[in-house]
Amino acid sequence: MKRLPPVAITALVFVAGFATCAAQFPNFASTRVVANLLTDNAFLGVVATGMTFVIISGGIDLSVGSVIGFTTVFVALSIERLGMPPIAAFVLLLLLCAAFGAVMGAIIHFFDMPPFIVTLAGMFVARGVSFLMSTESTPITAPLYSDVSDFAIMLPGGGRLTTIALIMLGVVVLGSVLLHFTRFGANVYALGGNRTATALMGVAVGPMTVRIYMLSSVLAGLAGIVFSFYTAAGYSLSAVGVELDTIAAVVIGGTLLTGGQGSVLGTFIGVLIQGLIQTYINFDGTLSSWWTKIATGILLFAFIALQQAIVRLARRSRPRGEGVAKP
Amino acid sequence: MPFRLPRRGLAQIAALIVILLIDRMVSPQFFDLRLQDGRLFGSLVDVFNRGAPVALLSLGMVLVIATGGIDLSVGAVMAISGAIAASLADSHAWPVAVGAALGAGVICGAWNGFLVAVLRMQPIVATLILMVAGRGVAQLITEGRIVTFSSPDLAWFGTGSVLGIPTPIVLVALMLLVTGLVVRGSALGLLIEAAGGNARASELSGVGIRPLIVAVYMWCGLCAALAGIVAASDIMGADANNAGLWLELDAILAVVIGGTSLFGGRFSLILAVCGALIIQAMNTGILLSGYPPEFNLVVKAAVVMVVLLLQSPKLSELAAGLGRRRA
Repeated sequence: MKRLPPVAITALVFVAGFATCAAQFPNFASTRVVANLLTDNAFLGVVATGMTFVIISGGIDLSVGSVIGFTTVFVALSIERLGMPPIAAFVLLLLLCAAFGAVMGAIIHFFDMPPFIVTLAGMFVARGVSFLMSTESTPITAPLYSDVSDFAIMLPGGGRLTTIALIMLGVVVLGSVLLHFTRFGANVYALGGNRTATALMGVAVGPMTVRIYMLSSVLAGLAGIVFSFYTAAGYSLSAVGVELDTIAAVVIGGTLLTGGQGSVLGTFIGVLIQGLIQTYINFDGTLSSWWTKIATGILLFAFIALQQAIVRLARRSRPRGEGVAKP
Repeated sequence: MPFRLPRRGLAQIAALIVILLIDRMVSPQFFDLRLQDGRLFGSLVDVFNRGAPVALLSLGMVLVIATGGIDLSVGAVMAISGAIAASLADSHAWPVAVGAALGAGVICGAWNGFLVAVLRMQPIVATLILMVAGRGVAQLITEGRIVTFSSPDLAWFGTGSVLGIPTPIVLVALMLLVTGLVVRGSALGLLIEAAGGNARASELSGVGIRPLIVAVYMWCGLCAALAGIVAASDIMGADANNAGLWLELDAILAVVIGGTSLFGGRFSLILAVCGALIIQAMNTGILLSGYPPEFNLVVKAAVVMVVLLLQSPKLSELAAGLGRRRA
C-alpha cells in the first residue's frame, strides 16, 4: 500500500497533462499520438526500467547513456563492417553489457565505493571506447532493420504500434513481474531499505549488487539496440545526457532516490510524462525545445519535494525505522 | 597556518610532476617559455591556462564535497553565467556584465543550498534539478543561438594577461588565496569539515549547519559563474548547449584526485587545484602525443579508478575480501 500514493499522483499528472493537451489541440487525443509517444520514448522506457531497479536498491547508474551510445556504434560496426548477422551482434553485445555491469557492481560492493563515482568512471569508459571505435555516424542497412521498421500493429484510428514500442511494453511488463513478484525483486527493495539488515537476514548482498547493475547495463544495451532500430544508425555521440532523463523519469515515477520504494509502472508513466512535454512542445510550434528541460526540471523539483513531504510525514507518525516495503 | 601540506598531498604533487615529465618526454619543447606581446606562451602555461575553469570549479566543489554534499549543477551554472555575460557585454560596461553573471551564479548556489539545507534534499538530487533545468535557462537567455560579443574588456578575462601571466591563471590564484584566507584563516574550514564529518554532532555542539551549507553552495555557484565568464570570454561567445558540458564531472574528479573524500570531512583547497592541473596535464599530454583525443575519457576513467582504489579503506582487506568472494 505504501507504494501506491506516489504512483497514483504520477498517473494523475499524466492524465491531467494529456487532458490539457487534448483540450487545446483537437487532434491530440488519437491513437496516432499515443502510439508515437510510445515509439519515440521506447529506448527511454527500456533503460528507465533498469534504472528503477538500481535506484530502488539504493544505488544509481550514470553509465547508461554512454552504454546506449556504445551499443549503437558496436551494433553498426559489427553488422556493417564485419558482416555479422544482426542477431549474433545483439547477443554478443548483451553479453558485453552484462560483463560491464557486473564489473561495476563488483567494484561498488567489494571496495565499498559510492555507486555514483564508479558508474561515472563507467560512463567515461563506455563513451571513450565508442569514440575509439568510430567518431562517424554509420548507417545500418541490414534487411532486419527495414523489416523491423516496416512491422507494426495497426490500431483503430491510424496509430501504428511499432516493434520497438512493443519491445518497450514487454520490458516494462517483465520488469514489473521481476520487481514485484519474485524473490529477486523483494531483495532489491530490502537492499534499498537497509543494507545491513538485509545482509543480516541472510541475503547475499554482493551477488545481489552485481546482478542489479548487470540488469541495468543489459537493459541499457537493449535500449541501445532499440535506439539503433529507431535511428537506423550507430553514432558515438548518441544518447548523451540520457542518464539524466532516465533518472528524472524514475523520480517523477515516484521512486524514492534514497531507495526502498518505487515501481516499474510509475517509471513507465514518468517516461510518458516526459514524452508528453516534448509532444506538447511539438504541437504548439511556438515554444522552443529548451522549454522541455525547464519543464522537466520543474516537475523533478515538484516530485522530489512531494516525496520529501511524504517521507517526513511517515517518519513523524512512526518513531523510526521506516524503510523496507516488502518482507 | 593556512595550508597543511606535509605527508598528505605528496602523492598528488608527485603525480603532477610525473605527468608533466611524461609530457616533456612526449614533446621536447614542453617546458619552453617565451614572452610575446607581454604575455607568456608555452605548453606549460597552456596547461595552467586551459585548466583554469576546472580549477575554479574545483575550488567551490571541494567545499561542497567537504560538507558531505555534491554540486552537479556547476556546468549548467557556467552556461548561465556565460550566457548572461556575453549578452550584456556589448551593451553595458564590463562590471555590469560580470557582476550580473556572478550574481546569477550566487543565486543558483543559494537555490541549491536552500534545497539541501532547508528542504533537506539529497545533494545529488537537489543539484540534479538545476543541472537539467539550468541549461534550458541558459538557452532561454541566449534564445538558442550562440551569442558572440566583441567587448575587449570582457575578453580580457579569457585572453588577457597580468604582468605576462594569462588572466585565467591569475584569477585561479586569486580565488585560491581568497578562499584559503576565508576558510583557513578563520574557523570556517574547521566548521565545514565538522559538518561533513558528522552533521548531527556538529549541530548538537552548536554549529549553525544550515546557513553554513547555504553559504558553501553559494560560494560554489560564484566559482562556477567565474569559470563560466572565463570560458565565455575565451571564445568571445556563449554556447548554452556546450559551455561547461561535463565539466562538473571533471571538477568532482579534481576534488577526488585531490584526496578529499566523497563522504565529506577533511579537505584541501590546494590539492583540489592540483587535481584539476593533473587532469589538464593528462589532456594536454594526450593531445601532444598525437593520440586521438578520444583516449582522454578512457585514461580519465582509469585514473579515477586507481585513485579511488588507493583511497578505499577496503584495499587493506583486499586479500581477505577476495578469499570471501571465492568461497
